[in-house]
Amino acid sequence: MNNRFDYSPLGDGGTGNIEERLWEYIDGQSSVDEKTTIEKLLETSRQWHEKYHELLEVHQLAQSSALEEPSLRFTKNVMEEIAKYHIAPATKTYINNKIIWGIGAFFIILIVGFLIYGFGQVDWNAKGDTNLPVNLNRVDFSKFFSNTYVNIFMMINVVLGLMLLDRYLASKKKKLQKEA
Amino acid sequence: MSTGPSDTEIISQVLSGDHNAYAILVERYKAYVFTLTLRFTKSREDAEEVSQDIFIKAYRSLADFRGASKFSTWLYTIVNTTCITFLRKKRLEVHSLDEERTFEVADSYDSGFSANQVEQKSRINMVNRAISLLNTDDAEIITLFYKNEQSLEEIGQILGLEPNTAKVRLHRARTRLKEKMEKYFAEEVKDL
Repeated sequence: MNNRFDYSPLGDGGTGNIEERLWEYIDGQSSVDEKTTIEKLLETSRQWHEKYHELLEVHQLAQSSALEEPSLRFTKNVMEEIAKYHIAPATKTYINNKIIWGIGAFFIILIVGFLIYGFGQVDWNAKGDTNLPVNLNRVDFSKFFSNTYVNIFMMINVVLGLMLLDRYLASKKKKLQKEA
Repeated sequence: MSTGPSDTEIISQVLSGDHNAYAILVERYKAYVFTLTLRFTKSREDAEEVSQDIFIKAYRSLADFRGASKFSTWLYTIVNTTCITFLRKKRLEVHSLDEERTFEVADSYDSGFSANQVEQKSRINMVNRAISLLNTDDAEIITLFYKNEQSLEEIGQILGLEPNTAKVRLHRARTRLKEKMEKYFAEEVKDL
């Protein structure tokens, strides 16, 4: 087939693809400026005019293509088949939100508990070398962090934190897509 | 596209237990789905079977439709993935665009017309036959744009493409459709 991508100056000062520009014009997707330019070109350039009618004919023919119909029993067959099935629950409801919030609340309470316990161990009246109310030398951190259970707990918190971050970013992305 | 209750209303009815309401959706979209499927399968029997599967899949996943897009866009996404899976399974013979014998092969395709209709030099007949000569990607995008009333953004969503890429693909598909018409239906086009 001849000139599928027909790059030609055609006196319009541009070297754009005629067909592509004309398709956009036919589809009504050209900008106002582009529309005016193309309309001028259609009046002045024979090549543009001919190409436009050629493409318009294809466009109109494509529009006239017919839909195919399935057999008359089609809907009945589908309805008979779906009678055997149930609608699967929505993907997002596979995990109950209440459970997630429950787990979250449990760990928050646990953290708060540890903090209260930690601060409870501090002798607020003790005088140290620094002006801080807490004598950090007296707090035995190894007691808290060398424990296997505490490490597991921290790890779970990190995972939960990442899950929450992922959820937040996903909802933000969805919001942005909707806005766009 | 339709009169009567909206797609969303029907879906709500189905989800709340009125399963028979799904028949309205099937009636509303069966021709669109069947036409699109036929572009892939090239056989009415296969298209009928695959279309049924598509509606069953859509029914089973109906709770996942959240109304972020049109129901038709969501449904055509299922059409696209199901047809691709079907083609992979069937390993259908894919005819090269440049094959000279494409026309003869296309003549033997069961494109949904009776023998008498095929003989008619009707515009619809000729366009449908020209589309059936295209490869599945081109035929699909042309059908989605012209028959299934999908915008370029929606087509992009269905095919997993950026809207601009969908636009370029549509332009190329139309160019190839024009080529097919000029090559194989020059007389018919002249008569129109």
